[in-house]
Amino acid sequence: MLTFLLRRVLQSLLVLAVMSVLIFVGIYAIGNPIDILLSPDATQIERAQTIAALGLDQPLWRQYLLFLWHALHGDLGRSFAFGSSALALIAERLPATLELSLSAILMAIVLGIPLGLLAGLRPQGLLGKSIMTVSILGFSLPTFWVGMMLIMLFAVQLGWLPAGGRGETVLLLGVPVSFLTLDGWRHLLLPAFNLALFNIALVIRLTRAGAQEALLQDYVRFARAKGLRNSRIIGVHVLKNILIPIVTVIALQFGAIVAFSVVTETIFAWPGMGKLIIDSIRVLDRPVIVAYLLLIVVLFVAINLLVDILYSLLDPRVRLSETKG
Amino acid sequence: MNSDLSEQTVLSVEHLQMQFATRGGVLKAVDDVSFSVRRGEILGIVGESGSGKSMTAYSIMRLIDAPGKIVGGRVLLDGQNLLELPEEQMRRVRGKRIAMIFQDPMMTLNPVLRIDTQMIEALRAHQSLGKAQARAMARDALARVGMSAPDERLLAYPHQLSGGMRQRVAIAIALLNRPELIICDEPTTALDVTIQGQILNEMQTLCRESGTALIWITHDLAVVAGLADKVCVMYGGKIVESGAVQQVLEQPRHPYTGGLIASSPSRNRRGQPLRQIAGAMPSLAELPSGCPFRTRCPHATAICATMPPVELQGQHMWRCFHPLQQTTGAMHG
Amino acid sequence: MASIAADIETPLQAFLRQFRASRMALLGALVLLIAIAAALLAPWIAPQNPYDLAQIDILDARLPPGAVSPEHGTTYLLGTDEQGRDMLSAILYGMRISVFVGLTSTVVALAIGLVLGLLAGYAGGRLDALIMRVADIQLSFPSILIALILLAVLGPGLGKIVLALIAVQWAYYARTARSAAIVERRKEYIEAAVGLGLPPSRIVFRHLLPNCLPPLIVVAALQVASAISLEATLSFLGLGLPVTEPSLGLLIANGFNYLLSGKYWISMFPGAALLVLIVAINLVADQLRDVLNPRLQSL
Repeated sequence: MLTFLLRRVLQSLLVLAVMSVLIFVGIYAIGNPIDILLSPDATQIERAQTIAALGLDQPLWRQYLLFLWHALHGDLGRSFAFGSSALALIAERLPATLELSLSAILMAIVLGIPLGLLAGLRPQGLLGKSIMTVSILGFSLPTFWVGMMLIMLFAVQLGWLPAGGRGETVLLLGVPVSFLTLDGWRHLLLPAFNLALFNIALVIRLTRAGAQEALLQDYVRFARAKGLRNSRIIGVHVLKNILIPIVTVIALQFGAIVAFSVVTETIFAWPGMGKLIIDSIRVLDRPVIVAYLLLIVVLFVAINLLVDILYSLLDPRVRLSETKG
Repeated sequence: MNSDLSEQTVLSVEHLQMQFATRGGVLKAVDDVSFSVRRGEILGIVGESGSGKSMTAYSIMRLIDAPGKIVGGRVLLDGQNLLELPEEQMRRVRGKRIAMIFQDPMMTLNPVLRIDTQMIEALRAHQSLGKAQARAMARDALARVGMSAPDERLLAYPHQLSGGMRQRVAIAIALLNRPELIICDEPTTALDVTIQGQILNEMQTLCRESGTALIWITHDLAVVAGLADKVCVMYGGKIVESGAVQQVLEQPRHPYTGGLIASSPSRNRRGQPLRQIAGAMPSLAELPSGCPFRTRCPHATAICATMPPVELQGQHMWRCFHPLQQTTGAMHG
Repeated sequence: MASIAADIETPLQAFLRQFRASRMALLGALVLLIAIAAALLAPWIAPQNPYDLAQIDILDARLPPGAVSPEHGTTYLLGTDEQGRDMLSAILYGMRISVFVGLTSTVVALAIGLVLGLLAGYAGGRLDALIMRVADIQLSFPSILIALILLAVLGPGLGKIVLALIAVQWAYYARTARSAAIVERRKEYIEAAVGLGLPPSRIVFRHLLPNCLPPLIVVAALQVASAISLEATLSFLGLGLPVTEPSLGLLIANGFNYLLSGKYWISMFPGAALLVLIVAINLVADQLRDVLNPRLQSL
């Protein structure tokens, strides 16, 4: 088990290294930040000064190594637009985005799996069919449109929930979180649901397909032949088998959720990384973009690693074959 | 053992009919099948794949799912018609009064659950037992079927055990609630020949000891010869011949039975061409009218297009217009 | 003899028959055809050309649906936006862009992905590993992120958006094509073709390709909707098409602020149009998938 872990961690680090190169080269090599930061009639001297100040005159590989060195020390450059540390800017907004994203995942699991099971066990029934139709909608509807409709309905028409913003926060381990307050919940509900919708639909479909396939398996027939109750057959035998691939997919979706939070945060004025990155892209504020990308990559790699470990824990076949091999 | 009890019929299947409704039409998977099993008796059901033997077993257990449907007949367990029971009561019959063992234990044991989980749940579904108590009973059951180190095996997952061990687990599970009848659907087909023999022996002993009736479904005549008291030969969803094993094997009346016996490896001599039955069993959708075997039967005539009537000679039954007359001689075990 | 031809159903007829089986899919297909027709004919059927500044009157801004312009006397069936554009025309032209962007990007991405995937699947070895590595890395990033980066680097504009969408999609097709190619490669008709000494290019394009198409068609159908959705999202975020040639996404974004003050039509109608388009495509795609699924065929 330990060798397995070690191998995976090393692989992850390698991927991180490669990605950092790609990101760096991609962002820094294309386009010219100078033209954005300086007015057209800046003098040559001012140009040269700015270039030197931002280190843009060094050869590319040197810039990369400098960048890596700084990055490992937590310094990802200063934002062109704000002047403050890019990393600090991102880190400030990270908790809000994470809170939103994690809530979305939770919703996807809590809503998606039971609905998917229902649809899978009674595919011909009215309930099953309507669940599937709703899931198609969940896939197709663009996130931003759904967000707008949610605000229209729940905030404007019904007035039940606020139209945007984050609720009251309390400090948890030094990080401000809003899910521990009622006000925080009221503000979290709509945006999290909006963000989760696509994944709820995904989980419903996966669960349904998994349940339908599982029901055809011999072990289900054997379980019935043993005289087990249906609730046990579904709740234990079927669920444990289909949970593994579903959890994997959901976990891998986390990255996409964080990325799409950009849209939700815009609509619901949620103070996360979303607005920051959009603005940064518009003005080509490279340090911020790079910091954001690096963070996302680290997130991805970490998630992939966690999923691998989780998978091996959940599926006894994988765990044991790794220790043998 | 009380001689009255040994005469008691545990299971009586009468004119059972099960069909599949498909786009291509109605397929009669089990067509007017009747047989009975007494306490402690071993009945062998022999046939090729597609003959309907597994479907008969599933029908008895009422494990048929759409598009299949049981459309006629009775299945009497101790006189009670299982086909009329509400589902919850049938659930209580399954695993408790009738147990079933399937062909491939790798597929029938849930790969992500431990052995002890799967055994304990079988017990607790029918008796109210504490977990510790159920676990002790499971352990004993494993020991009884000849598993070494039962405590370790309980903690294992199915893929950690060999095929033979998995099947022993399945047998142990079947015996847990002391059923009156065990149906075994080709349980040794997926195993090594040496293991086959062991398991056959053990099953026979266990059943004789506990008075449990056994239905053994197989395509292998040799197995039936050594194990069973009675045999039913199935073809195309129908029973074409049945009776005491000795009698059927020594004096087969239906040409199909004769063909099966003649083509069994032990009957063929080295150096001679292997005897076989020409052709292949038609699929359910292409069954001929009347006797299903007539398209491959060397003795078939026009009258065989209508269903031959049941002929009885004591316990020996066959359905054929041109039954065989010769004796095949003593059957090798 | 003539009756034999009449009895045999061509694959196309079989496909159409099975497709017709779902009423929802038929509805979707119908709606789609109408939408595409409207989009194609927009320059002729739209009351106004919303891109022509001369035709827009700022004094007519924010009129509700059905209102009549006090200046010109024309009826704005769906109201006007904050620039005075006729909503109906804007929607028609916007759909035009959406359909164009969706179709173009999908077709090009399909072509690229198909070729690369077939090559990878058929050739195997290093080429396969290389192409799939690249595809995997790309697939592990959310599409919106890739699009954001590309647009940030390339700048806004119709062509750039299509480019971004192509870049986002090709990997799906490559993967699907490769899987199909690997399965088909083992089949006997390929062995026979190789045995006949046919050149690899011919084998790949004439023999392998047609058999790998069904799953790709399904993916493509779904992706068109996805591409349209992504483009709308990008436009909504302000990273898409310029303000003078609004796609549906931009129209919706512009109207967002008016939602809370009761002028719902500026956002609602473009939103509804977008929705109808996407849902229709998805319904059709779903049915396509069921019909083209080989496993379900055998039943």
